[in-house]
Amino acid sequence: MRSEPVVQVQALVKRYGTKTAVDGLDLVATAGVTAVLGPNGAGKTTTVETCEGYRRPDSGTVRVLGLDPARQSGELHSRIGVMLQSGGVYSGARADEMLRHVAKLHAHPLDVDTLIERLGLEGCGRTTYRRLSGGQQQRLALAMAVVGRPELVFLDEPTAGLDPQARRATWDLVRDLRSDGVSVILTTHYMDEAEQLADDVAIIDAGRVVAQGSPEELCRGGAENTLRFTGRPGLDVGSLLKALPADSTAAELTPGAYRVGGKVDPQLLATVTSWCAQHGVMPEKISVERHTLEDVFLELTGKELRS
Amino acid sequence: MTTAGTYAPKPGAAPLPRMIRAQAALETRMLLRNGEQLLLTVVIPTLLLVLFSSVDIIDTGAGEAVDFLAPGILALAVMSTAFTGQAIATGFERRYGVLKRLAASPLPRWGLMTAKTASVLVTEILQVILLTVIAFALGWSPHGNPLAVLLLLALGTAAFSGLGLLMAGTLKAEATLAAANLVFLLFLVGGGVIVPMDKFPAGAQDVLGLLPVSALSDGLRDVLQHGAGTPWADLGILAVWAVVGLGAAGRFFRWD
Repeated sequence: MRSEPVVQVQALVKRYGTKTAVDGLDLVATAGVTAVLGPNGAGKTTTVETCEGYRRPDSGTVRVLGLDPARQSGELHSRIGVMLQSGGVYSGARADEMLRHVAKLHAHPLDVDTLIERLGLEGCGRTTYRRLSGGQQQRLALAMAVVGRPELVFLDEPTAGLDPQARRATWDLVRDLRSDGVSVILTTHYMDEAEQLADDVAIIDAGRVVAQGSPEELCRGGAENTLRFTGRPGLDVGSLLKALPADSTAAELTPGAYRVGGKVDPQLLATVTSWCAQHGVMPEKISVERHTLEDVFLELTGKELRS
Repeated sequence: MTTAGTYAPKPGAAPLPRMIRAQAALETRMLLRNGEQLLLTVVIPTLLLVLFSSVDIIDTGAGEAVDFLAPGILALAVMSTAFTGQAIATGFERRYGVLKRLAASPLPRWGLMTAKTASVLVTEILQVILLTVIAFALGWSPHGNPLAVLLLLALGTAAFSGLGLLMAGTLKAEATLAAANLVFLLFLVGGGVIVPMDKFPAGAQDVLGLLPVSALSDGLRDVLQHGAGTPWADLGILAVWAVVGLGAAGRFFRWD
């Protein structure tokens, strides 16, 4: 799967007036599913829209499937599929009518009826776009992005506002695209979505990529993991700490509730339980907390609310 | 579930003529399905033609009222489709991201514009057929060279399309809706459509005569009512509007 990059962005800068939306961003996406994560206003959509050929970079270079989106948009647009964050359909068009239309713009489209059934849009055939529910509108936009059998699909927040069933349907489709050899670039706010779908995750903040790697790599590379247990209050934490490897931490958070931090592995767990055995302590409620992508994300991008 | 390989990439644009045909057909369906658009393009011109031809409200000069009114109503029909209808529809397509989404499809932007023009022309043909039949029923007896009439309608369409697209591509959708309707009303009253130009003061006539709707209605009236040859002055005014309007639209149109 890992071969030629499908998207290559180097030192991309994009300003709107005095505001710098993208500030020297570097991003390489190879085949498979790449998730672009970031808080609101981080520059995700601007980056993706530059790749789609909507915006010209102020500086830097962008290559998508080896093409310059600003200058070779004609060829690029016949090879990619695009799902916008919202809209994109005539308000008076019926769902199947719009999908059939987009199919007609492509040389070898998917079978429209099968796709409609696949995304659970069978009931919406005669309904005009403005009367579809938000979730149905999202799924129609997704269908429009894939109906032309593209090599590469850009999905801008594909499951924002979807109910759990519709989210699963979207995820399943993304997995099928991936296994059939279609590359996917998706932006999302949902950490679980990135963890579930992505081979590669790029975290963007303030117009730059602040971390990139597989979900596992990012979680491993983040802050230390945690082991918690409860026992008798007032245990000798200093003695426990001596038994642990260097760089570990140990603390009694509230009377009887202990936390051990460090490289949490089977060895560490064995060390803690044997220390407890030596001290006649029955450790209860032992739990191991691994860092989630969300922890990594918040650590990198800060916890304060963004407007 | 779907079988493996269903989504295996096989990209490619459809042949250009097929894309443009499909786009033009869709645009025309959207227009004919829209109630407000039909009110503007069909109901209002028809009502005005029937009402003012059969009821003596306005002094339309010597001869049958319908001979004066039919050319003006044809000009109104062109304006309602190429300018008002196109401006409002395109403004909302821009607002709802339709133009943006289509810009990322294999259909090139000029192909989309060609399809829009084709859809305007199809609508105008339907309007002209309907209004001509009604006018004949009301006793219309047109004169003149059909080629001069076609030339006027074509240049009028180009002039109004340029202005409509300029508005749709630069203003917010709501502003376009309001402005396009206001201009429709002002041009209807002050553009020689149903009110003869000589009802206005001389100074006003000179200015109003330069409006695209006045040039179109005046040119059509010269040919169809008076059997004049090619009305070069009116064609010239329309040509200037077409160049300026289409040029400005090409320069300032924003797709999102």
